[in-house]
Amino acid sequence: MTPQLLLGGVLLAAMVLYALGAGADFGGGVWDLLAAGRSGERQRAAIAHALGPIWEANHVWLILIVVLLFVCFPLAFATITTALHVPLTLMLIGIVLRGAAFTFRTYDRDDVRVKRRWSRVFAIASIITPVMLGVCAGAVLSGRIRVDPATSVMTSDFVTPWLAPFPFAVGLFALALCSFLAATYLTLETTDRELRRAFRARALGAAIAAGVLAWVSFLLARHGAPAMHHGLSSRAWSLPFQVTTGLVALGALAALWQERYVLARALAIAQVTLVVCGWGFSQFPALVVPDITIANAAAPDSVLRAILWALACGAVVLFPSLWWLYRLFKAGAARESRTEP
Amino acid sequence: MTNLLAARLDMAVSLAFHIVFAAAGIAMPLLMVVSEWLWLRTRDPVYLELTKRWLRGTAILFAVGAVSGTVLSFELGLLWPRFMRWAGPVIGMPFSLEGFAFFLEAIFIGIYIYGWDRVRPLTHWLAGVVIAVSGCVSGIFVVCANAWMNTPAGFRMAGGEAVDIRPFAAMLNPAAFQQVLHMTIAAYLAIAFAAAGIHAWALRRDPGNAFHRRALAIVLGIAAVCAPLQLVSGDVSARQVGHAQPVKLAALEGQWRTERGAPLRIGGIPDERTETTRHAIEIPGMLSWLVHGDRNAELKGLDQVPHADRPPVTITHLAFQLMVASGTAMLVVALLGAFLWWRRRALPVSRWYLGLVVLASPLGLVAIEAGWTVTEVGRQPWIVYGIMRTRDAVTPMPGIAVPLVVIAALYLLLAGVVLTLLRRQVFASPGMAAARRGARR
Ligand code: HDD
Ligand code: HEM
Ligand code: HEM
Repeated sequence: MTPQLLLGGVLLAAMVLYALGAGADFGGGVWDLLAAGRSGERQRAAIAHALGPIWEANHVWLILIVVLLFVCFPLAFATITTALHVPLTLMLIGIVLRGAAFTFRTYDRDDVRVKRRWSRVFAIASIITPVMLGVCAGAVLSGRIRVDPATSVMTSDFVTPWLAPFPFAVGLFALALCSFLAATYLTLETTDRELRRAFRARALGAAIAAGVLAWVSFLLARHGAPAMHHGLSSRAWSLPFQVTTGLVALGALAALWQERYVLARALAIAQVTLVVCGWGFSQFPALVVPDITIANAAAPDSVLRAILWALACGAVVLFPSLWWLYRLFKAGAARESRTEP
Repeated sequence: MTNLLAARLDMAVSLAFHIVFAAAGIAMPLLMVVSEWLWLRTRDPVYLELTKRWLRGTAILFAVGAVSGTVLSFELGLLWPRFMRWAGPVIGMPFSLEGFAFFLEAIFIGIYIYGWDRVRPLTHWLAGVVIAVSGCVSGIFVVCANAWMNTPAGFRMAGGEAVDIRPFAAMLNPAAFQQVLHMTIAAYLAIAFAAAGIHAWALRRDPGNAFHRRALAIVLGIAAVCAPLQLVSGDVSARQVGHAQPVKLAALEGQWRTERGAPLRIGGIPDERTETTRHAIEIPGMLSWLVHGDRNAELKGLDQVPHADRPPVTITHLAFQLMVASGTAMLVVALLGAFLWWRRRALPVSRWYLGLVVLASPLGLVAIEAGWTVTEVGRQPWIVYGIMRTRDAVTPMPGIAVPLVVIAALYLLLAGVVLTLLRRQVFASPGMAAARRGARR
């Protein structure tokens, strides 16, 4: 394994962890917006309770991704931030408003109207952010961001790569996946039966939406992202990989249906991991399809080696801390719900 | 407005906003840890209430700091892609290490806020210590990255590319130590003064309140330690600027011509047309002595470089004067407080002294903003001193004025909300019975 490939792998792993953690936090915002029925307020409370201690830690994965990208693959970073200036700025506004509104809601007056207002901001921002992230991912895949390899100058414009059906389909797909993850996690965050039913119904709905949007994206990819479409439909690893992903998705649906929530959560995690990895593999070795690759964007090996060491040392403190955080705030909820009849 | 100007203003607005929350992220955890320690030691409920109030303030500030920092990480590419394309790998080490410091901070602040009844008291306190240390360390790393822009090191340029990159040499560049020291003290000093002002203001209206007295005692103590240190560290910084960035030093001192026995100018307004600095109080030979240790040493002026290589002198000079004046004023207030405390063997709470503290309370944050203006504007026209010009770094994306306006409006709104919430959560006097009892004791 060369340092370049290792760091590409680290980047992909960080994206998976970001999707599994922060993705679900964004999904929480969706369900806050759609909270309805007799248990509406209790749903909001359960979501806030689930997010409170962990959303800031989950968010840091994004920062790590950005930093690794500009340190290890600076040409890819410069190209993405130039070509996708508009969707990235919208995403940033979403990130700012989401985090701020969530915190403000916790500490503002105990007045239903005030809380409702922050809830609304929090929820809408939670929708904008994953959609825009998905749009950026779609644009990176689309092959419409062009760079002259000799001069590293971008030759495409600032709009056409992302303002197209395919990136937006990917954006909606990302939103559906986030919502699915969130609802599935939330079934284990409460001991209230009625709430759990409500989240189960939402998880099932989101799973179906995600399935439909996956197909729509795939169909749109024919024109919208031909290289990826070709990769997914012709490479040797692709078919078994897709079949596995599909089976896992169906398994998650079945587990939810049968109210086997712990299993459903495990399968949902597996499904999202497979989807993110599938995205990574389908564009491998390109970082920005088609011109920028791991090889031509990578920083010198001396830097990459040093960064790998830094990551190894950081991981030694990071993972135990993260484990402790999750054990403190998440293990309890799961145990309670498992012992419940 | 040119795109370059819009991009610079966009960066300046984002940083000027972020730095306030960053300073709080460095210093507030220290205040909480001290207060919680006193609660564990004395079991006086006033300290518990104080810890919880400061914690609520920290939680709000931290969240806004985290999201505004995220904006900055992206803006490095959104605004300066041609800079990041070659500089990213060189300054990547501090940014990567900083990522882990952020992780620790975010993880342990979650545990600290929500874990009061889930972990043992001592463990809870230790979680606070981790936040305080990692907050300080994140500041250190990012300032190392900034120092590299002032004194680039650890690489060689060949054909527009950085080669022979040594990440640790870049991180530990010649200006890193001085800037880190100065910024870290600045954060504690500025937040101590801001908090002191709040509690002093409350004490003027509610003199007996034990809650605000204890709070004031803690923050005035920190301020009295930091204020003199900051003066020394500022002197160390100025010397290093004199050696490594003589043009910047000339700009911040308003020194137009190279001369022997250069005077130290206090105040004064640089006139860019006649190339003189007027209305300043001049102390003969003092500047040469401060920088070179010799009253007659030659000090380089702005005339050493062509006009195109000079920073905007007026802004740099005035910002520098503002920083030094704020620092001196804070020093006077802090030393006076220490003196009164020592004389009367009791916290100085006379109305006039509290009024003085209230007046001085914004000065630390003012000095931080001014200091960064000195550093950044004084480095112009370079983004990386002597190596890359800011205008060569800017994004080709047109219309940067739009995100500038959007970000500025968004931040203005957030600033308003944060202030309102802080007033409600932190400033208000608790009507606690314990606070009253404590006052009588
Ligand atoms: C509480 C805040 C505060 C106070 C009281 C002072 N400073 Fe400061 N100063 C800063 C906060 C600051 C800062 C915002 O933290 C800066 C910006 C970059 C840096 O490293 O520190 C800074 C930069 C800075 C620089 C430029 C460094 C560079 O560009 O590399 C110099 C020369 C000084 N300071 C000197 C002083 C002197 C002589 C002071 C005497 C009273 C002083 N500062 C007080
Ligand atoms: C580690 C920290 C920092 C980094 C990496 C950094 C980086 C930059 C960059 C890339 C620019 C644009 C290019 C340039 O004008 O040279 C800039 C400009 C600027 N920054 Fe910083 N900066 C940092 C800290 C700060 C802070 C904390 C403040 C303010 C409180 C600040 C104030 C400014 C200002 C006022 C400008 C505009 C200067 C001008 O265009 O004349 N900087 N900074
Ligand atoms: C270009 C410059 C900068 C960038 C890209 C940047 C980036 C960031 C990011 C991404 C975060 C969020 C971390 C989280 O999620 O917890 C953050 C927070 C923080 N930053 Fe900055 N930052 C910059 C300048 C500075 C400066 C000049 C300081 C000063 C010392 C600083 C100190 C901090 C601290 C202490 C925090 C954590 C506390 C908080 O969130 O309030 N940063 N920064």
